[in-house]
Amino acid sequence: MSVAAAFFYLFAFVLVASAFMVISSRNPVQSVLFLILAFVNAAGLFILIGAEFLALILVVVYVGAVAVLFLFVVMMLDVDFVELRQGFLQYLPVGVVVGMIFLAELVLVVGAWATGPGVASAVQSAPGGIATESNVRAIAAVLYTDYIYFFQAAGFVLLVAMIGAIVLTLRHKVNVRRQNITAQVTRSSTIEVVKVRPGQGL
Amino acid sequence: MNWQDTLIQVLIILGQSLALLVALLIFIAFILLADRKIWAAVQLRRGPNVVGPFGLFQSFADLLKFVLKEPTIPSGSNKAIFLLAPLVTCVLALAAWAVVPIAQGWVIADLNVGVLYIFAISSLGVYGIIMGGWASNSKYPFLAALRSAAQMVSYEVSIGFVIITVLMCAGSLNLSEIVEAQNGRFGFLGWYWLPLLPMFVIFFVSALAETNRPPFDLVEAESELVAGFMTEYGSTPYLLFMLGEYVAIMTMCAMGTILFLGGWLSPIPFAPFTWVPGLVWFVIKLCFMFFLFAMAKAMVPRYRYDQLMRLGWKVFLPISLVAVVVVAGVLHFTGTAPQ
Repeated sequence: MSVAAAFFYLFAFVLVASAFMVISSRNPVQSVLFLILAFVNAAGLFILIGAEFLALILVVVYVGAVAVLFLFVVMMLDVDFVELRQGFLQYLPVGVVVGMIFLAELVLVVGAWATGPGVASAVQSAPGGIATESNVRAIAAVLYTDYIYFFQAAGFVLLVAMIGAIVLTLRHKVNVRRQNITAQVTRSSTIEVVKVRPGQGL
Repeated sequence: MNWQDTLIQVLIILGQSLALLVALLIFIAFILLADRKIWAAVQLRRGPNVVGPFGLFQSFADLLKFVLKEPTIPSGSNKAIFLLAPLVTCVLALAAWAVVPIAQGWVIADLNVGVLYIFAISSLGVYGIIMGGWASNSKYPFLAALRSAAQMVSYEVSIGFVIITVLMCAGSLNLSEIVEAQNGRFGFLGWYWLPLLPMFVIFFVSALAETNRPPFDLVEAESELVAGFMTEYGSTPYLLFMLGEYVAIMTMCAMGTILFLGGWLSPIPFAPFTWVPGLVWFVIKLCFMFFLFAMAKAMVPRYRYDQLMRLGWKVFLPISLVAVVVVAGVLHFTGTAPQ
C-alpha cells in the first residue's frame, strides 16, 4: 500500500467518522467542531488528488470564515438538546423517507454519469497539459474565459444577498451620539504636544 | 519507489522539521526577551535582568516555571476542549513554518500555493481562542473569544487583498518565487515595500490585529476582561497559548519579510553583500519586522472595540480593494504584468 493510499484511508475514515459525530454528538458546539474536522479532512482528500488550490480555498473560506461564524452563533444560542431529542422516534420515519429519496436520487445521478464528448479533447489541448500546469493557472484559464459570465452572475447573486442582509438588519437610531474620528483627530485646541527629555519626565 | 526510499525520505523530512522547530523555538525564546526589553527601554525601565547575563536566560526560566506548575482545570469546564484549545493554537502556528523559505532552497515543503497555505493556517488560529474561551465556562473568556473571533475574521479580509496585490506583481503563489521576483538591479529599492508602500502599512497593521498584538489586544484586554480567553489557564496550557501567539507573530513577520522585504535577498545586490548567507539577511529582516511589532506595542494605546472594527471594515477594506484594482490596472496597461 502506497503512502498516498494510506493517507486516503486515514482522511476518508476520519471524514466519515467525524461526519457521523456531527449528527450524533450531544453538544451542539462539539457538533460544529466535528464539522470543522470533517472540512479539514475533505481538504486533505482534495490535496491527495492534486487539487491543492481547491483544498486551501476550502480551508480559508469554510473552515476559516463560515464555520467560525457558525460556531459563533451556536455558542450564543442556548439550545436545549434534550428537549429537541424528545421527538426523535416520532420524526424518524419522515427522516428515513427523505434520506432514502435523496439516496435514490444520488444513485440515479451517479449511475447515469457520463463524461461529456468535448472533455477528453479539452484535457489534451490544455496549455502545457493539466498535470504540469499549476492549479491556480488552470482554474483561472477556464474561469475567467469560458465561464466569465457565470462567474460574474454568481458574484452578483452574492452581492444582492449581501445588500439584502444589510437592508434587513440596518436600523437608524435617532438619539445615538456617534464618534466623528476625522473631527476628533483634526481638532487642535485640546491637544498639546510636549517634548519630554529621556530620564527626566515632565 | 520502494519502501526504503520512502522511509529515508520521511526520515529526512522529519529531521528537517525537527531542526527548524528547535531553531525556531530557541529564536522565539530570545524574541520574547527582546519584546520585554524593548518595552522596558521605551518606558525607561531595565526589564528582565536577573537570570543570566543581561537576563538572557529569562525565557528559559519562565519555561521551567510554567512546566513545573500544576495545571488547573475549572470544574465546570469542558475538559477535552479546554485542553485541546492551547494545543490547537500552538500546533497550527508551528505548522505554518513548513512552507516558509528561510534561504534560497531552504524550505521544507516548496508548495505551489505557499501563500495560500499560510493564509489558511493563520485563519485557523482563531479556533484555539474560541475553543479556549468557550470551554472555560466563564463569562470573561467567553466574551473575549467572541470579540476575537470577529476581530480576526475582519482583518483577514484586508490581509487577503494585500496579499493579492503582491501576488499580481510577483505572478506566483510560491513563496520562493515571490522572493525571486523581487530580485533586481536596484536591491532593496526594488523590493515590494516601496512600490506597494500603502499595502505594506496595511499589512503591518492588519498583522498586528490578526496576531492580537497591542494596540489590538482586545482578546486579552486586562483592563476590561481580566485576561481574556486565557483567564482560566495556567501552567503548561498557558505556556502553549503564549508560545502559539509568538510563533504566529513570527509567522506574520516572516510573511512581511517575504512579501515586502525581499526574503533572503541582500539589500545591496553586489559583492561583498551577496556573499553573506541568505539566512543571515532573512533573520535580520525578521528581527526588524519584530522590532516594529514591539515598538507598536510600547508606543500606541489600545484601540476601543468599535474603533477597531471601523478601521478594519471602513478604512482598510475599501483601500485595499481599490488598491487591487489600481495595481491590476497599472500592471495591465504598462505591460509590466508577469507572464
